Amino acid sequence: MTGDPIATSTRSRSAGASASPQAGAHPVLDRRFPPIAELAVLSVALMLSGGVYLAAHLPAPPPLGPAIGLLAAGAVLTAVAVTLLARLQSFAWRTFFLVARWAFAAYAVIAGTLGFVFVFDHTRGATLAVLVTTLVVFALDVPMVIAFTVARFEDTSLPPSA
Amino acid sequence: MTDTVLAGPDTLATPAVARGPSAEPHDFQVVPLRGLPIVAAVLVGLVVTIATNKLWAIDFFHVVGGGLWTALDLFLGFVIGPILGSLAIPARAEFTKRLMPKMVLIMPTLVLCTLAAGWQLARHLGTLDASYSHHGWVVASFIVVAVMAVIALGVLEPANVAVLFEMRKPQPDGRVIGRLMHRFIVTAGITGAMQIAMLVIMTRLATT
Repeated sequence: MTGDPIATSTRSRSAGASASPQAGAHPVLDRRFPPIAELAVLSVALMLSGGVYLAAHLPAPPPLGPAIGLLAAGAVLTAVAVTLLARLQSFAWRTFFLVARWAFAAYAVIAGTLGFVFVFDHTRGATLAVLVTTLVVFALDVPMVIAFTVARFEDTSLPPSA
Repeated sequence: MTDTVLAGPDTLATPAVARGPSAEPHDFQVVPLRGLPIVAAVLVGLVVTIATNKLWAIDFFHVVGGGLWTALDLFLGFVIGPILGSLAIPARAEFTKRLMPKMVLIMPTLVLCTLAAGWQLARHLGTLDASYSHHGWVVASFIVVAVMAVIALGVLEPANVAVLFEMRKPQPDGRVIGRLMHRFIVTAGITGAMQIAMLVIMTRLATT
């Protein structure tokens, strides 16, 4: 593909700690990361499961135990993902924060609109608190997944592309 | 920090190196700025509609949003996706850099309108109530939406944005783009298939 507009890069990269040592290894594709995106996506799945559980019971007040359990499990997964993320070295943080900031703004609007609908429908008390907290975790998870996915494909041995 | 996501062409203009003879500069916007006022207007309309409880307008947002969402998912998954997969890399890149930025704005807007208006519509019609005879179908629609959301938010959208960032680099990496596009095409197919399930559920609910 050399010569194509998106020709395969022949750039070399001073090997990251976890890059594959084999000959011809791709400096970006072969770099291994902790399961940050996987944990965050699992957290999103738990948040959505909690949301479905609550939505299946509303407008009647649902038993909150399962929803709180799902929320707590998701929050723990998010916290672990953030911890793993914070411990990364040689990572494209500039790109990560750039994407995360805009994605968070977008998902804050989305979560805010959904929260408005629940408040408008007179959801109150503990049910509303669980729903809002679920939306908050959701609005943190999705930008983290998007930003991490973009930043992990940055070659940190090269100057930033922007 | 430069806001490259919303940066104009001047901040991320690509040098001529690594371009094909007919290739255009990789200076597109990841998020098309011109579309933001339209998105804002649609969302304001959605909030006003919900706040004023106009049944026709709520139905309009749900039906139009849902119809477009389903049609786009099916079209992308079963028509555009296979075509895209069979194109030469440069052609795929050219098409992708024109399509994907628009999808970054269109899909979340459609999904939000469909879900928020759909929730209100179900509340108005009483189908949210557990005593509704087909409440199971309503819950099934929640589950299908949740599964689609996990796939779309966890895999499809991140791959979409990552492709766009890769394509803006002075020397985009074909292998990175290939891997991300494979993710995109596969997940678009899965969500397209799930939209068929959603069509079954919604038509069932609408006629019972």
